[in-house]
Amino acid sequence: MASLLRFMLTRPVFKPACAARVVVRSRNFTAGNYFLSKKYTKDHEWVLLSDSDKTIATVGITQYAQKALGEVVFVDLPQENSEVEAGETVGAVESVKSASDILSPVSGLVVKANTELASNPKLINESAEDNGWICKIEVKDSKEIEALMDKKGYDAYVEGADH
Amino acid sequence: MLLPRTARLASALRIAANSKFNAFPRFYSDAAPGALAKTPLNDLHVAKGAKMVPFAGYSMPVLYSGESVGESHNWVREKAGLFDVSHMVQHRLTGPGALPFLHSVTPSDLTRLPQFQSTLSVFLHPVTGGIVDDLIITSHGPEDFYLVTNAACKDKDLAYINSNMESFSSDVKHEVLTGQGLVALQGPLAKDILTEYLTSMTGSPVDLSKLYFGASVFVEIPSLCEKLHIARAGYTGEDGFEISISEKNTETVTMGLLDVGSTGSRIRLSGLGARDSLRLEAGLCLYGHDLDDTTTPIEAGLKWLVGKTRAMDGNFLGAETICKQYDNWRFVPRRRVGFVVEGPPAREGAEIVEKGTDNVIGKITSGCPSPTLGKNIAMGYIRSGFHKQGTEVDIKVRGKERSGTVTKMPFVETKYYKAS
Repeated sequence: MASLLRFMLTRPVFKPACAARVVVRSRNFTAGNYFLSKKYTKDHEWVLLSDSDKTIATVGITQYAQKALGEVVFVDLPQENSEVEAGETVGAVESVKSASDILSPVSGLVVKANTELASNPKLINESAEDNGWICKIEVKDSKEIEALMDKKGYDAYVEGADH
Repeated sequence: MLLPRTARLASALRIAANSKFNAFPRFYSDAAPGALAKTPLNDLHVAKGAKMVPFAGYSMPVLYSGESVGESHNWVREKAGLFDVSHMVQHRLTGPGALPFLHSVTPSDLTRLPQFQSTLSVFLHPVTGGIVDDLIITSHGPEDFYLVTNAACKDKDLAYINSNMESFSSDVKHEVLTGQGLVALQGPLAKDILTEYLTSMTGSPVDLSKLYFGASVFVEIPSLCEKLHIARAGYTGEDGFEISISEKNTETVTMGLLDVGSTGSRIRLSGLGARDSLRLEAGLCLYGHDLDDTTTPIEAGLKWLVGKTRAMDGNFLGAETICKQYDNWRFVPRRRVGFVVEGPPAREGAEIVEKGTDNVIGKITSGCPSPTLGKNIAMGYIRSGFHKQGTEVDIKVRGKERSGTVTKMPFVETKYYKAS
């Protein structure tokens, strides 16, 4: 990943405070739950419901998707305070070869978009499932998330997609 | 909310026969995977971990394992890439009727094409002058021409050639070189690698320094009992060669080139992904996208390929339109131009809008982020009058208007090897 490395050397990586906090806390206290609670869609998005109040879900694209897309050059972010339905577009990622919609895994209100991605789209390549999150959604019904694949199911799904 | 020209991630990643997402142009989605033809290098691609996609009826490598499209692209700009383009259709036209036939279906002046020189040309539709296909014509003699046409147009081209050749049929022999391999060695180190390879294979020094862009030569390889057809040509904007090889020797020659190029890590196999971004930076057209049955060569910015005397005589298919457009820009309603676009890349199908209005004045036909320039480049057709360099326009990407500027092509300076 020469170009990615070059990029990393020339631009500092800022970590969004809230995403970082989720991870740190999970690793310290509930590492097992953290991995169990992260869910995945067939469209290669991940969603993680916050441990604290179970109402805010962080959404991003998976490590597998990031790798397959190659260098991300642009991210279209959702409008904050906009309503989305599960399966609706909340943004798009552009790589050299393609433009891909990001579909929301859950219904709810977009409360925050990761504006860091506007100036540093390659954050998705560096940290697709952590600092490269796309948006945070106040969920209407957490059952939508429970119905999605867990890590094991998603890994098996991806394994199947590769053959 | 459905957004145009954007695929969901799943389909973007699943580059397969039934994918709705057209990640790579000239990509045939109608062929059943089992029915795909294989090039003579198929086993090599698979062994090298290539991601294979259905393309023009062939299973073709789009990207090799361990690198991204951008990395593969940069490698060709800095070193040398080897592309399998065996899917392209190679033809031979011989006989006293070969030139008159080609003059009846193209606007090229082939009487001015020296032996072992090539030119870009176009097959034209009658009356409208729309482009049936673009092709390379190489003269191997006054009655002997070598043609390379697009794989995706194969059936259409063969029907077109057959129907238009009827009146010449006793004087022309048309042969499709079925199974013949074609590889493109491209990049600044291509000439070193090819020189070393040919020198080792022929046992005597081979000098490519007099083989300029557009020229070709046969080089005999005794151990293979074959003369390789080597054209200084390509589709990347770099110096390079296209080597036509018999089916049985294609893998041997390719392995030989890879072996020579591996000294000093100079060569890599390159796929269709990099080929597309490289040709776009070089301002080169892709049939089915930047050229089609409705565009004329004049609209497409290819006026230079229309012979001056041909435009005066007007005795070729489509001359009604082409001659008028050749003489007077007033008859040219739109132009193919380049754009640099702010924000997200503008891709095929994006509308071009007059600044500050809702007035649609054109459409993007190809676009991508340029790995070399680090900005978004695109080409498309724009209404005449808006085609001047520096014209500011808006381009609609996923419903949002983005600033675009009409920009001179090629976007990246071409490095063709020309006599100075």
